[in-house]
Amino acid sequence: MAETQDKPFLQLALQPPEGSPVKGVFEARWKRLMDCVEGRMPDRLPVALYATFWLAKYGGISLKELMYDYEKTKELAERATLELDPDVVAPNLTAGSVWGPSLEALDFKQLQWPGHGVGDRQPYQYLDREYMMGEEYEEFLFDPTAFYLRKYLPRIGGALEGFADMPYLPGMHYFRLISGLRGFARPQVREAFEKLFKAAEEAERMAAHNADFAGRITAKGYPRDAGSSTGAPYDVLADYFRGARGMMTDLFRRKDKLLALLDKMRIVLTRLTIDNARAVGHPVVMIPIHWAPDAFMSEKQFKEFYWPTFRQMMLEMIDAGLIPMPLWEADCTKRLEIIADIPSNKAIYWFERTDLVKAHEVLGNTVCLRGNLSPSLLTTGTPNDVDAAVRHLVEKVFNRGGRLLLDAAFGLPDETPVENARAMFAAARKYAG
Amino acid sequence: MNMNDDDERRLVQLLADMNEDEGAALAKKMLLEDKVAPLRVLELCRAAMEIVGKRFEAQEYFLPELVLAGEMLDNIGKIAKPLITGGLGGDTNKLGRVLIGTVHGDLHDIGKNIVTFMLDINGFEVKDIGVDVPVQTFVDEIRAFKPDVVGLSGFLTLAFDSMKETIEAIDQAGVRSRIKIMIGGGQVDETVRAYTGADAFGVNAVEAVALGKKWMGATV
Repeated sequence: MAETQDKPFLQLALQPPEGSPVKGVFEARWKRLMDCVEGRMPDRLPVALYATFWLAKYGGISLKELMYDYEKTKELAERATLELDPDVVAPNLTAGSVWGPSLEALDFKQLQWPGHGVGDRQPYQYLDREYMMGEEYEEFLFDPTAFYLRKYLPRIGGALEGFADMPYLPGMHYFRLISGLRGFARPQVREAFEKLFKAAEEAERMAAHNADFAGRITAKGYPRDAGSSTGAPYDVLADYFRGARGMMTDLFRRKDKLLALLDKMRIVLTRLTIDNARAVGHPVVMIPIHWAPDAFMSEKQFKEFYWPTFRQMMLEMIDAGLIPMPLWEADCTKRLEIIADIPSNKAIYWFERTDLVKAHEVLGNTVCLRGNLSPSLLTTGTPNDVDAAVRHLVEKVFNRGGRLLLDAAFGLPDETPVENARAMFAAARKYAG
Repeated sequence: MNMNDDDERRLVQLLADMNEDEGAALAKKMLLEDKVAPLRVLELCRAAMEIVGKRFEAQEYFLPELVLAGEMLDNIGKIAKPLITGGLGGDTNKLGRVLIGTVHGDLHDIGKNIVTFMLDINGFEVKDIGVDVPVQTFVDEIRAFKPDVVGLSGFLTLAFDSMKETIEAIDQAGVRSRIKIMIGGGQVDETVRAYTGADAFGVNAVEAVALGKKWMGATV
């Protein structure tokens, strides 16, 4: 990957215009993150604001209101940004909140969210199920698009159930096209398309609100921490298709097909990820990592099933000028030596429960670290406890040359008392400039 | 346990080694052709599961092996159980009773299921009351099932408060003195244990088994 080292990163598309009074402060903030990524010590410890349903706590509203009210969510996100004064802000400060209207329009089946399946004051939760059967590997491998259209989408979106009766496109040539088209006249197929257009319009509305929010915080001098997100091949297949039980038994029952589909998924996801990041104009891509933790599989299984496709995907992203930002959920201490095998100064590794002091020892010369004040501390501790935890990370990681983007373990937990959030940002300035 | 012949030894070995196809075929042959007593076959399965549990504790096996082991056991059980005449026999040698569930507001169950499986193969009688379990249901189930240990599971940070409320309700119902309460899952740590008032927390199924055995005065 020698050539990768010389590839420039994708430039930020969204920046304050020349002459803007916040141009300097915006650039200084962004430089802090890029210094960390590129192997230089920043002038001070950068801090990220990443919040999902915490904004409801902050604004004293229900999670349901946050899930459905675009304007209120933007207002709270902007107010929190201005008050806490982070160096970088999560793209829409919502990461899945405000998705209510779009999910509703789609009659989305894989989540229960506030106001739809869980209480108004509870966060959304994913429903772990088999959305693809064990017998369907061949079908998916042979023609992913047909599998998505006729099997997968009708299962995960009630609005799209009619797609199950959509005509099969290959074979529609010459006069066969005319006869084949008749399938699109079926009432259930037409109805699915009509609902799809409505859901698409809602998704466009949400995207416009996100773009509006990004513009507003840029105008206040705050860069976003990432512009888009994606998933690792293993996680996408395990979480959204096979379900936990299906995937874990496939390791034994369908090993070869699983490996083949993981590789196909890698190609699909890599293309999609690069296209999305370029469209958004932001080099950093957030990648929540679900199935890598130490307890979830053996080292041998990790090396065989998880890491090869994900590593290859990250290398291609890096080659395209992107900065992968995997969030290694739970404890991944045993994976540190393995995941160190990527080009230096090209990625951000966010750790949820892995000890950052240990991560710094193994990965300090390779990646920028992000994290990881513990959720239990932030939600049940006092501001003094938070202060001490920040100080610990400053002394044991940042002051020892660790390129660190300070954050909570997975953004601010929903229940974090506002004074604890304030303490986190204040302590960063107190101990590290 | 004593193995009577090669088939018995082989069945235990195949299941313990995750050799599902051959293990299932052999179990089927023993049950349907050789007319081996179904309770005997289930005993052999349990012996295999004990090996699986030990390998999990030794970090030779991980979640995928436990999940497959559970499915192998279920599938053989589906063939064996209808063949049993005269009941399953009493569970006279259980170490103790454990009531386990995911606290209200939280729908996650993978960790809870693994803990249930490991407690079961380590000799506990476990009652799993599912996910999103209301506070009152825990109290009612404690009164009815009379567990020695209660396990509260939760993945989300909201579970901290749900666990605290559940434990407070158990206290107020006056049934706390008879039981020990362990919590686990996701972000649970000593800070959460202190916050919720649980007796102990565990970060994985092995710790849950060790806690259960310690509380029952058994050798770990």
